[in-house]
Amino acid sequence: MVVISDIIVQGVQMLLVLLLAPLLTGYVRKIKARLVRRQGPSVFQPYRDLLRLMRKEVVLADNASWLFRVTPYITFAAIWVAAALVPTFATGLLFNWTADLIAIVALLGSARFFLALAGMDVGTSFGGIGSSREVMIAALAEPAMLLIVFCLALVAGSTQLSTVAHFLASTYVGLRVSLGMALVALFMVAIAENARIPVDNPATHLELTMVHEAMILEYSGRHLAMIELGAFLKLLLYVSLIACVFFPWQIALYGSGALSYTIGTGAYIVKLALAGFLLALFETATAKMRVFRVPQFLGAALMLGLLGTLLLFVSRSF
Amino acid sequence: MHSLAFDVSHTLAGGLVLISLMMLYQDRLYSLLNVFALHALVLSLSVAWQAFIQDAPHLYVTAFIALVFKAIIIPVALHRIVKQLGIHRDIESAVGIGPTMLAGMGLVALSLVLMLRVTSDADPLAREDLAFALSVVLLGLLVMVTRRNAVSQVVGFMSLENGLVLAATGAKGMPLVVEISVAFSILIAFIVVGIFLFRIRERFDSVDVSALDDFRGERR
Repeated sequence: MVVISDIIVQGVQMLLVLLLAPLLTGYVRKIKARLVRRQGPSVFQPYRDLLRLMRKEVVLADNASWLFRVTPYITFAAIWVAAALVPTFATGLLFNWTADLIAIVALLGSARFFLALAGMDVGTSFGGIGSSREVMIAALAEPAMLLIVFCLALVAGSTQLSTVAHFLASTYVGLRVSLGMALVALFMVAIAENARIPVDNPATHLELTMVHEAMILEYSGRHLAMIELGAFLKLLLYVSLIACVFFPWQIALYGSGALSYTIGTGAYIVKLALAGFLLALFETATAKMRVFRVPQFLGAALMLGLLGTLLLFVSRSF
Repeated sequence: MHSLAFDVSHTLAGGLVLISLMMLYQDRLYSLLNVFALHALVLSLSVAWQAFIQDAPHLYVTAFIALVFKAIIIPVALHRIVKQLGIHRDIESAVGIGPTMLAGMGLVALSLVLMLRVTSDADPLAREDLAFALSVVLLGLLVMVTRRNAVSQVVGFMSLENGLVLAATGAKGMPLVVEISVAFSILIAFIVVGIFLFRIRERFDSVDVSALDDFRGERR
């Protein structure tokens, strides 16, 4: 009986992230449009886009290999699994034992690896440039992310997300400058990884600056839909990661009743709305930076992560 | 184990180290000056907090001096100097930003390792203050070494002195007279450096100190 309810809760979590991901992106787009005094498309527009893409015919290049065709599914699957591992409304779910931060980083890394390979597969120059830029960003974002993980793991004594969330929700933690640095660094990494504005702007096709778009330029139809959905899920994943690690308020604990699950879901949606609003505000307030300034931006994230980890040694030293 | 007093002073001192690193990262002169003002502001907050938890009212005077001189007068004066000199607002750094940041992180790690070993039986509060103060001092030196512009070297020197004040307040019991005399000597040094800046500029039409090397006949 317990096993069945565990499976149901985990299934709800997987469906919840899948259903909410396009909504979050649509919501961010809507807020951005409203902030610059435009009407903007409906918040449900991403769902319509996905449905339309699903119905369209797939156009493949003659020299596209099998890798090009399977990559959208691999990418989507890896990101979905990673998103299902992050505790959104409840901790201690069925997959809890695998919900390790390092595993999540590895899943996202392999998704990006396949996407970069597929970008180079057809052999157009845009795909190559997109892949090379994406890998340049990833090569800097990943060490920064791992330093953040180490920082959290040193505070909470575990890299398992449920344990980290439990520990940080307790009153034992207190005021820690390291956690503040890790939060800022995680925010910067999230912006770079999701191709948001200071690093990349997925809404334009300007060859001087495009990174993510150049890489997936050859995709069409349901393949593109899968990749887009994967990108939506990735944004949701990072937002819920920040929410569950740094703001684990009202998150339901393992084995609690349906009521606390409902409260947890409500709190999660409120957190998403707030994060989406802040993201939109940040994006309208900043300008896109040159591609070759991105290493400096991510270098700052790396520095914050490293400094946070170093400062922990001072506060732990007695 | 985690008292609020320790956490707040830890946060402020850690913030000071972070702002020192931010100073390494700046490539515009005006933003460097703004970061320096922020550095002094955090320093005065940190000193005021030390005064509060150590129950040492004379430290409030130090905090006040830091606030007025270093956070307001010196940055404003430097802004005016930069405007009067009409120098490039980009800073020519001798070493690229990436290696500089790595060196900065290395220095922070070095000072933490060193201080935590050396002061193993001191009071934890003084201990972490000393470790952070040493890293602020080393980062100030690094700013001076890696910049070729004389104004940013002055900023590095001033931030180094901020680290000294942090160490002095953490160590409990620096006499007020010493503090005031240090603050004034810094002010005098600042005035002297300001005069020198104008002299260098008058002679070489630039405040890039590499011009001095040519003048001395040293080839680089």
